[in-house]
Amino acid sequence: MPYVPHTIEDRDEMLARVGVKSIDDLFHDVPKDLRIAPGSLDIEPCLDESRIVSTLSKLAATNKSAEDLKCFLGAGIYDRFIPSSVGAIISRGEFLTAYTPYQPEASQGFLQTIYEFQSMIAELYGMEVANASMYDGATSMAEAAIMAHSINGKSKVAVSEGVNPHYRQVLETYCWALGLEVVTIPCTNGLTQDYSSAGEDISSIIVGYPNFFGIIEDLNQAKKAAESSKSLLIVVADPVSCAVLPPPGEFGADVVVGEGQSLGVSMGFGGPLVGLFTCNEEHVRRLPGRIVGKTSEIHGDKSGFAMTLRTREQDIRREKATSNICTNEALMALANTVYLSALGKNGLTQVATSSVQNSRYAMKVLANAGGKVKFSSPMFCEFVLELPANATQVRHELIDHGILAGLPLGKYYSGMDNCLLVAVTEKKTKQDIDDFGVALAAVLGAN
Amino acid sequence: MSDGQEKTTSAIPGNGRLKRVPAPTLIFEKSRKGRVGCSVPKCDTPPIDLAKELGTIRKSLKLPEVSELDVIRHFTNLSHLNYGIETGFYPLGSCTMKYNPKVNERVAALPGFAQIHPLQPTQTVPGALEILVDVQDTLKELTGFDFVTLQPVAGAHGELTCLMLIKAYHTSRGDSTERHIVLIPDSAHGTNPASAARCGYDVKSVPTDALGGTDIEALKRALQTEGGHSIAAFMLTNPSTLGLFETNISEICRLVHEVGGLVFCDGANMNAMVGTTRPGDHGFDCMHLNLHKTFSTPHGGGGPGCGAIGIKKNLSAFLPIPVVERNDGGTITLDEARPLTIGRVSPYFGQFLMEVRAYAYLRAYGKENMHTISQYAVLNANYVQARLADVLPSAFNRFCMHECVLTAELYKKQFGIRALDISKRLIDYGFHPPTNYFPLIVPEAIMIEPTETESKETLDDFCDAVISICEEAKLNPELLHDAPSTQIVGRLDETLAVKNLDVTYKWPEAEVSATR
Repeated sequence: MPYVPHTIEDRDEMLARVGVKSIDDLFHDVPKDLRIAPGSLDIEPCLDESRIVSTLSKLAATNKSAEDLKCFLGAGIYDRFIPSSVGAIISRGEFLTAYTPYQPEASQGFLQTIYEFQSMIAELYGMEVANASMYDGATSMAEAAIMAHSINGKSKVAVSEGVNPHYRQVLETYCWALGLEVVTIPCTNGLTQDYSSAGEDISSIIVGYPNFFGIIEDLNQAKKAAESSKSLLIVVADPVSCAVLPPPGEFGADVVVGEGQSLGVSMGFGGPLVGLFTCNEEHVRRLPGRIVGKTSEIHGDKSGFAMTLRTREQDIRREKATSNICTNEALMALANTVYLSALGKNGLTQVATSSVQNSRYAMKVLANAGGKVKFSSPMFCEFVLELPANATQVRHELIDHGILAGLPLGKYYSGMDNCLLVAVTEKKTKQDIDDFGVALAAVLGAN
Repeated sequence: MSDGQEKTTSAIPGNGRLKRVPAPTLIFEKSRKGRVGCSVPKCDTPPIDLAKELGTIRKSLKLPEVSELDVIRHFTNLSHLNYGIETGFYPLGSCTMKYNPKVNERVAALPGFAQIHPLQPTQTVPGALEILVDVQDTLKELTGFDFVTLQPVAGAHGELTCLMLIKAYHTSRGDSTERHIVLIPDSAHGTNPASAARCGYDVKSVPTDALGGTDIEALKRALQTEGGHSIAAFMLTNPSTLGLFETNISEICRLVHEVGGLVFCDGANMNAMVGTTRPGDHGFDCMHLNLHKTFSTPHGGGGPGCGAIGIKKNLSAFLPIPVVERNDGGTITLDEARPLTIGRVSPYFGQFLMEVRAYAYLRAYGKENMHTISQYAVLNANYVQARLADVLPSAFNRFCMHECVLTAELYKKQFGIRALDISKRLIDYGFHPPTNYFPLIVPEAIMIEPTETESKETLDDFCDAVISICEEAKLNPELLHDAPSTQIVGRLDETLAVKNLDVTYKWPEAEVSATR
């Protein structure tokens, strides 16, 4: 019994106190024919701690990690540098093993970090308020569309084709369940342009910033389209890019959401992630998820933090709640908060600038190696590279050269079988990029 | 700290503030222009003109500028103001706050798990896929379901996914518009009706009977609403939120199936059943699990949660994609070509690093020991219920499962002391409070879930504290009204937090102009 502390004496004393002879007697309410005999499950036998470590280490070693391959794959999840301070803080048991701060007096530590998180995320996006975080960027976006529906009562969601396809799939699922319609606005040259194609009666317009192709969308145009259709503008923004780009709030976005993984959370095969969710004060009572606010003592004058606007939530409002969401990603939000504190204004600006600079160099190197940068609009740190061969095949061959090249787009966009979405972060060196170039030239030459 | 001479040695907790720590400042207030708290990777590629590359660039960014030591000290000090399982007993009912083993953290940090990308070629991540399939298979066997998916990222997300599957099932039978009602017991978690509403369902409540089970006669009547053709599903928590096993579970499932509805099991209370009984055998069509409760992944201050769902064959066609499965040849594949799928409920494979932790936990117990989880969880809860019977009676006079629901109604009537006051006073005694006012149908509810990882000594200390507090309630009720008095702050005004809404820091104007 690895984590059960009872001695036989403990057990017997406790049974005596309860007034039964055996533990079995306590399961009296479970009909006999529904019980299974102890040890009868068809599962693996138990392992001691040493063998747990060796078994899992062996399994981990069969995966090629960002330590084994030079990672140029992004598409929403990025291989960025994480300062050691982040892991040190989020592994502290006081944070790691706490529950939701429903008892604020015994949870001031976490509550304050969430208030700081909300402040930083709202600032990054140029919005007035942020919630305490959502599951991930994709579900944040779906929740934003549903929030817009609850604000204006309209049932059609217009989403740009330039929004992350995985996010759009999640949106489709959420909207189908609720009976909302999703229409897709096509992209021309990698940019959302023809907003009128979405038709009438639109509840919200969703665009990426930068979009899935790495291109910086014209948010002025998006805002105009939202105004003329009396819909809400939802922007899905990469928080790192917002260190150097004018934030979506400056363009009048109504809701700005995004994925916080790139702010100090490891890629982790895509989970856990952390959803960012911001809006302006006029809609704060429609926000899904938790919100932490500042307040003061009932009997004293010290200030403190507590969860607030609780009457929006499921445990109080039940079927009338703004969302069914019950958890946030508090620990990952804490990672974001520590990351943004450690980097601060100067560090984050440097990370974003280096990413742009590295990606520009990569564009040149990969063009020289036989690829072609497909779009010409301003980009952040990700770009579409068109190859003279099938991108999935090329990516496959590049693995042998130690390069994780990017994402083949053929699965997501018709006519893009030869296109690779390449991400270049601040973590990459000139040498890494040169190596990618050499490997690509070798692979393409061989094809 | 001028008043350090304040007495802190009294035997009665809260007689003087025990923790004398300075009031924390915000990280923003520690900011000094020019500081950076880490060394950012150096960039060695040719310089660019950023404004030219991006079109326009941001004018001002207000983030803290602090040193690395500032960062570590700030958050370490904040951690001291937070209660976790590792600081003490956390008997929060319905939340299963068991020990989160350290080996889980160790293996989840391995680069082969932590530093892999969800969209890298599957042949480069065989070990990750192996984890997914092994966790699925183990959970299938533990719950008695035919299929498990790990894509839902939290408990409520698992509920939502199950309801989506139910909706897809009825739709595939041309039965969807008619079946618009989801039945839910009055004792259910709030996420149940909220998840049903997210699928466009109307919610109808089913009462609890005098013994704490589902009122079967009332259920029968509810199932006949609009001739029975309108029932989409019944969402049932088993054991219920009252900590009681639904003895008539097979009959309940049969009745719902009879009118064409499906039965969902809220698996929040799976800890009472692990290795002893399997919900799949009870007649349920689907259930959600909380790996962060039952299978020891850390709660992290309110997330990441980690959902998983189990389903019977009748719902398998609708599973979210990709379906991760081992084919006959032993190869693991990601199947996306499923025409009836509901699509994706989250972008990738769920909370992968939490699944690694759950895998380590499942292997630690294994075939031989799995049943000890439910056995000792149930023993601990009954022990607490028995020890507290004289001061806080149980809401229903039965043996409980993994948690007990007690009532403080007597104290409210006689001394004006509410469940919340008892809970807040427990903080002064060094314990995290139990859950209060839930389930909603028990007046002044105090819901205690000790979990199997707590020792008899811890439970005795806790029970002694509760008994002592109940005594205080009679003799010195002010101690309870004023509690807690040992924390950095006293009881907070949650109404004020709504009235004067302040959810983000406002930088002083001078600082703002300085950063421009």
